Amino acid sequence: MRFEYQIEAGNFTNAGDASSGFKKILKQLNVDPQIIKRIVVSMYEGEVNIVAHSNGGKAICDVDTSRVLIQLVDIGPGIPDIEKAMQAGFSTASAKVREMGFGAGMGLQNIKNNSDILNIQSEVGVGTCVEIIVNLPQS
Amino acid sequence: MKLREVAELLNAEVVCGHTKLEREVQAVFASDLMSDVLTIDSEKLLLLTGLVNIQTIRTSEMSDIKNIVLVRNKKASPEMIALAEENRIVIMQCSYSMYRTCGILYQSGLNPVY
Repeated sequence: MRFEYQIEAGNFTNAGDASSGFKKILKQLNVDPQIIKRIVVSMYEGEVNIVAHSNGGKAICDVDTSRVLIQLVDIGPGIPDIEKAMQAGFSTASAKVREMGFGAGMGLQNIKNNSDILNIQSEVGVGTCVEIIVNLPQS
Repeated sequence: MKLREVAELLNAEVVCGHTKLEREVQAVFASDLMSDVLTIDSEKLLLLTGLVNIQTIRTSEMSDIKNIVLVRNKKASPEMIALAEENRIVIMQCSYSMYRTCGILYQSGLNPVY
């Protein structure tokens, strides 16, 4: 099953709508609540990053019996140094982003901590794709 | 501790979730930084914050936090209350500082997250 959500740049009122919508679907699919939390916290961190740093993007969520795959794709400035961006505390967030309670340089690390696989591909001046995989338990 | 007791200890006003005050809380996390809140994995948690915007509620929704106290006399907006009600989140408002609020709840037996 595949679900797609548009994410608007700079709109902090709606930031989290995509993650909230996907959380409702995961609940309907009876995914374990602890796993839902790991998935949506990861997705929300990525969604806020798109709102805060890009010119807009989308979240593509794919669910099968073995895993949940989320691709957060944006058009924007890209990340010049991904290794540096992964360091706890490193942030290029604006004052506006910090006012909203984010921009502490913890988001990518928190995605890594909550996911089973995290891949980041970025091209400066083009955009970024953050790919998150959370495995589902096999019964 | 029940939310009803939390409200009494803090002389707090309940702004939404009036029917859920028998809910139990065991631990407290205090932060104005939602990036920090998103790293917490704790059940029956009470969040203390002075950050008042819609992302306070969104962060709580994602983190499965059902109980929020707004400190420093901060007021929840109608949008925050609507989103909290949709997610069965209780919001209280109290006039005490973060430090005083933490002190009262710690002294009353609520645990820190770490």
